Amino acid sequence: MTAHLSVPSNEIRRIIIEESKRANVGHIGSALSIADIISVLFESELRLPGTDDPSRDRFILSKGHAALALYAALHLKGILSLHELQTYCCDGSLLGVHPEHHLAGVDFSTGSLGHGLSIGAGAALASRLKGTPYRLFVLVSDAECNEGSLWETVMFAAHHNLSNLIAIVDNNGQQAFGKTKDIIDLNPLAEKWQTFGWEAHEVGGHNEQEIRETLRGLNTSSGPPKVIIAHTTCGKGVSFMEGKVEWHYLPLSDNQYVQAMREIQEAGGR
Amino acid sequence: MRHAFAKALYDIAESDERIVLMTADLGFMVLEDFARAYPSRFFNVGVAEANMIGLATGLAASGYIPFVYSIATFASMRGYEQIRNGPILHNLPVRVVGVGGGFEYGHAGFTHHALEDLAIARVQPGLTVVAPADHLQASSAIKLTYDLPGPIYYRIGKREDYILPGLKGRFRLGRTEVVREGADILIVTLGSISAEVAQAADKLAEKSIGTTICVVSSLRPAPYDDLRDLLGRFSVAVTVEEHYTEGALGSLVCEITAETQANCRIIRCGVRALPGCVCGSEASLREANGLSAEGICKTALNALEEKK
Repeated sequence: MTAHLSVPSNEIRRIIIEESKRANVGHIGSALSIADIISVLFESELRLPGTDDPSRDRFILSKGHAALALYAALHLKGILSLHELQTYCCDGSLLGVHPEHHLAGVDFSTGSLGHGLSIGAGAALASRLKGTPYRLFVLVSDAECNEGSLWETVMFAAHHNLSNLIAIVDNNGQQAFGKTKDIIDLNPLAEKWQTFGWEAHEVGGHNEQEIRETLRGLNTSSGPPKVIIAHTTCGKGVSFMEGKVEWHYLPLSDNQYVQAMREIQEAGGR
Repeated sequence: MRHAFAKALYDIAESDERIVLMTADLGFMVLEDFARAYPSRFFNVGVAEANMIGLATGLAASGYIPFVYSIATFASMRGYEQIRNGPILHNLPVRVVGVGGGFEYGHAGFTHHALEDLAIARVQPGLTVVAPADHLQASSAIKLTYDLPGPIYYRIGKREDYILPGLKGRFRLGRTEVVREGADILIVTLGSISAEVAQAADKLAEKSIGTTICVVSSLRPAPYDDLRDLLGRFSVAVTVEEHYTEGALGSLVCEITAETQANCRIIRCGVRALPGCVCGSEASLREANGLSAEGICKTALNALEEKK
């Protein structure tokens, strides 16, 4: 894998808008929400000597419905060709709304919330048993913390001090039907994880420097598992989407596409 | 069978460091030897089956062969979606061990009675489904299958001492084992209930009725050819399983009969309705559902009578 290719968040956003428009599918807001986190991870923080290298860090997009952000990063890293990227949601493509493990760069298929963290914990356990110190990054949504199975893993990982397991919560405060605070209020979320034995950090989820510095400050060779609560905005980067519940699902109209692309270009994209 | 499973796994783990055993806080007095011998490869994950399947998936993806252990209801159903989207979808060698099929947990009640585990396991392509008939077969089945690619569901019985006459611990993936031969009626069975079938065949013999007993311990891959050949030789066959009549052995036999146009009437013995809340021993619950040796014998006699 070419490790030095740049993965700017604005390029991720451009690809999300272009490909979701091409495919006429939604989940755009969820993908935009994690663009900066994905940018930092794939730009510099994930150790990825190769997509099959046993020593590589693993990344699990447990909130699989934001897969377009991951596809964008895989493309910008040179793992996924433009031709493959542009098959997004086409018949016969490996690139669906949720990621499939047959695609290079995707370790685990996801899409059912509350599952990814347990797989990550199992892989973290395996790294300990083998003595190979790779790290496991699992990106979960805030509403995914509604799932009881997630908290089963949270307890297990703390009990076993899985210090190389890093959960990142995309805390955009929205879920399919509305605001998380109106559906199942998660606050205080960081304290919940801390109470369960995790080392919790809170960052601005669109502040790349803060995300990067927080990740680099983690001691992943000892101590408890780590969680980063990333405070984000659903639909970040496109003004008419930001904080609007409907952009969990809706595809773009032609006019909305033009406006969204203009805003992203003005923000520094090409 | 639990101890046979635990002993077989103990032996395998000695030479194969990929073996990991996880339990959702069950297996007291069964798993301790393994835990003591291989402490770094034994995990009691607590009462959290869904997480256990996910952990096993991550381990299997990293080169291990994790066995996850619980009572059959919890092992097969609480983490079913995690089994489907994890080891099945990713073709990983996770082994789900469900203890106590059917009514084996007797007085523990309906929550502990696995009456649909084989059906829900059998419908998943890529999931091998093994249901040994006695402890000798459980031991050989585990030794012969533990390192197959892809996931496996084992339904392990609780009875430790019983040996099914004629089986002698034989197990072959995708094959049947005929443990008794007779010309008048075919009984197809699996798992612990085969003990009742053996007794039923003795009772039928007292009436000069010859019974062939076919044991299907490899439910998936199904022993299609063996069953096709057997069904072609009989005009009446009875399936006996400690399970709902829909979805597992009885259904498999009906499917093969229909697909091969065999001229054989099939009568399915199993649990046909929600058992309700009546408390009872395994024996009494079997009897109430026509699954005692007497009940199976009666069903076979009626079937033969109707065929005349």
